[in-house]
Amino acid sequence: MTDQPVIPSFGDDEESDRKLAIICSKGNLDMAYPGLILGNAALGEGVETHLFFTFWGFDIITKSRMHDLKFTPVGNTATHMPMGLTPLPGMTGMATKQMKKAMDDLEIPTVPDFLDQIVASGGHLWACRLSADMNKLTDADLRDDVEGIISASDFIEMTAGAQLLFI
Amino acid sequence: MPTTTINGKEVHIDAEGFMTEPSEWDEGIANVLAGNIGIELTEAHWRLLKFLREDFAQQGETATTRRVQTVGGVPTKEQFALFPKKPAKKMAYIAGLPKPKGCV
Repeated sequence: MTDQPVIPSFGDDEESDRKLAIICSKGNLDMAYPGLILGNAALGEGVETHLFFTFWGFDIITKSRMHDLKFTPVGNTATHMPMGLTPLPGMTGMATKQMKKAMDDLEIPTVPDFLDQIVASGGHLWACRLSADMNKLTDADLRDDVEGIISASDFIEMTAGAQLLFI
Repeated sequence: MPTTTINGKEVHIDAEGFMTEPSEWDEGIANVLAGNIGIELTEAHWRLLKFLREDFAQQGETATTRRVQTVGGVPTKEQFALFPKKPAKKMAYIAGLPKPKGCV
């Protein structure tokens, strides 16, 4: 029997300036998810979250590619397949299909749906200036909720004091 | 598990204050729990809490914010507006359910 009511702390009274910055640099389906899952979790914990898409990670926010990210077993020993088989034609397509199904079975959203959820939760999406220039892409080629194409220094400045994840 | 009295009823709680026996929950308790964390329950809150309770009864697990959106039909934005900052945990607390286990 406790006398005082026990009330969980949801951190509402604390002035939290916790901030998380996630740099997404890979465009494989399997490497898109870690940043999205962690970013989404951080937002659910009330943490200000910024995702910065650079290099191959640009595919995650590029309209023409974001629905078609792929997973390949090539060179990935953690699939425990004989490595000689992994480059066979059709293998990447099959592996991608299997991974998408596994995610769907677990009710994990597709990559574009996941970004919708992250933005709805208050997350911020940023695109890398150099990657845009390299690929000759502009705002019009990217998801509409990308807040800007910014330089590396802009990103560093904006995320002062943030915890940082490079994926 | 310790017990405490909420709204005149003796209920089991864990060390953080989350109820551990969903069957001990009722709407009066929900109002007190919501008040504890500064939330006044409106019709929109109740709709969501009722979904959480029903889903838990069927699934044996507390719905994540993702599931509250896709199955419960309450958009993510609205969940954050109703239960600011930490919607998943706050909803579970008021609904007398364990914190959701799912990652997404």
